Amino acid sequence: MDKITFTKFIIDPKIFWSNFILLGIFILIGFGCSHYMELEGHYVTGMNNQIVWGLPHIFAVLLIVIASGVLNIASISSVFDKKLYKPLAPLSALLAISFLIAGLAILVLDLGRPNRLIVAMTTYNFVSIFSWNIFLYSGFAVVLAAYIWTMLDREVNKYSKFMGTFAFGWRIILTTGTGSIFGFLVAREAYSTAILAPLFIVMSLLYGTAVYYLVLRIISKFHNTYIPKDVLDNLKKLSVIFLFANLYFLGLYHVTNMYIAKHWDFEIFILSSGGIYTLSFWFGQVIIGIVLPIIILSSNKFGTHLALTIASFLILLGSFIAMYVIIIGGQAYPLTIFPDHVIIDSSFYDNVVHSYIPSIYEFGLGIGGVALALIITLIGIANFKFLPTMISSPHSSEPSDKTTDS
Amino acid sequence: MRNSSELTRREFIVKSVTAISAVYVIPDLIPKAVAAKPLDLEVSAKTKWAINVDVNKCVDGCTACVEACVDENGLYGFDRPETDSQWIRKLRIKDIKTDKVTTLPMMCQHCENPPCVDVCPTGASFRREDGIVMVNQHTCIGCRYCMMACPFKARSFVHENLTEQVTSAPRGKGCVESCNLCVNRIDHGSETTACEEACMKEGHHAITFGDLADPNSRVSLAMQAKPSRRLREDLKLKQRVTYSGF
Repeated sequence: MDKITFTKFIIDPKIFWSNFILLGIFILIGFGCSHYMELEGHYVTGMNNQIVWGLPHIFAVLLIVIASGVLNIASISSVFDKKLYKPLAPLSALLAISFLIAGLAILVLDLGRPNRLIVAMTTYNFVSIFSWNIFLYSGFAVVLAAYIWTMLDREVNKYSKFMGTFAFGWRIILTTGTGSIFGFLVAREAYSTAILAPLFIVMSLLYGTAVYYLVLRIISKFHNTYIPKDVLDNLKKLSVIFLFANLYFLGLYHVTNMYIAKHWDFEIFILSSGGIYTLSFWFGQVIIGIVLPIIILSSNKFGTHLALTIASFLILLGSFIAMYVIIIGGQAYPLTIFPDHVIIDSSFYDNVVHSYIPSIYEFGLGIGGVALALIITLIGIANFKFLPTMISSPHSSEPSDKTTDS
Repeated sequence: MRNSSELTRREFIVKSVTAISAVYVIPDLIPKAVAAKPLDLEVSAKTKWAINVDVNKCVDGCTACVEACVDENGLYGFDRPETDSQWIRKLRIKDIKTDKVTTLPMMCQHCENPPCVDVCPTGASFRREDGIVMVNQHTCIGCRYCMMACPFKARSFVHENLTEQVTSAPRGKGCVESCNLCVNRIDHGSETTACEEACMKEGHHAITFGDLADPNSRVSLAMQAKPSRRLREDLKLKQRVTYSGF
């Protein structure tokens, strides 16, 4: 295998600055929206006392799940010692840190009291999985920074396998923690099951791989980075495996809920009578997010690049809808306060399926978060040597064309 | 020669310090002859505050408890029912098997194993030794995880700027809040909550508040008189709010 050398992102300054400014505008809009929500109070959002977590949480949880998953490439390279992925590993770790920071920023800026972040950082209740997650998230950022250092600095390169393994273990626990935020909610029928933790892990593997591929593809359009066919084939196979794993755990989650007698009504709600939530589940989470990508990636009608690009877009669209079904759908279904009674009248909407129409401010905050992830990546690759000068493998002497579909 | 009526600087300082001591320090040095007020007493597990609701006495259409709670805690809304706070609400429920319709008040159930306290990342949601579950408005960061965790939808998030706050019940935009069993009243020695008082005034006596540790308290006697149950007993949260008559 060729010696791996890394380089900065060499790009026409005009393109760099236009992207930088565009992302910067979205970030400013995000901050503006957050500031307005804090100033006026959350009544200006679509969230209320029934749907307490809304669009910002969809964006935040999704970005954090992606942050964990996008580290796949580095994990495969360091932990499983696949030399093919070594040149791609630093970018993977950078993306992980970028998406993590962005997800956390959204989460913090949506707090009722974002000015009390210092309280959250200094006062802990260790019974709360949220408290544990504060450590898991901030610790992950530190672990990733150290991991990047061991990958890029030849003097400490010998520790990169150890740091990669450590980061791999950390991110598995981190995603378990993220899934457990919902899994530990015993009162809500949609959650209250430990299966949410492995479900979130397989979701992270899938979404992270999709994001990695798309980012790599965009970078390769501007930068002299070749993606060899071996890597593409591998990413394709990985995506198919992760898609089936998602389908399996999603099925298992719903079968488990059906098996628990008191969750039965919720299952009927999500799977058949939940209106927009049922529609989102079947057409968004299952068909767009899982079935279509499996068909596209398994078909020989598309070139590898095209198949991966379309599938990754569909996977990410499905990921957003999946989060909507899990977070909003789970809250929309009313609580069962009286298992042997029906509530016929309530001033607090106890007896109705809650509706949620997000406001433009929540959307602005979420988009601002995505822009933050991308701008951190852009600044990172433009200033540090994250990108390989050339990616090749012992198996392929011919690097695939960077733009044409192979 | 110095005018005898004029004070020297030394005399001025000595007399000033003496006067300040007389006013502020000395009273604190004298042992208090009077009994300690409840506010001075440490909250103790020897007291077990609880509420019993006799649903058979709760009158359909009566919202006296809700109105009293609003007045007591300054919960004046903005005519936005989806985001306005509700610490107590009236529900009408129908038995699936018998079709019997019952009306009852629903508020924080003051669990002995409160999920809201377990999930709160900063410990702002806490349970006092005497059983009152409440929110520390100074350390609540407004993450709403407690609202996700509460099985009874007992908590509200303050969605906007407040203008008509009651000094005895401070609230804050961006924080979560819920029934605290009129903690300010109770700590000042009152033996009744606003909702119980209003219910008694209406002559319904559906809500009974008191100390479960005292076998002769109103709530203990009410619970001895009729069997009572906790909502969602399968969750084993050991709520201090119980319901009789259904």
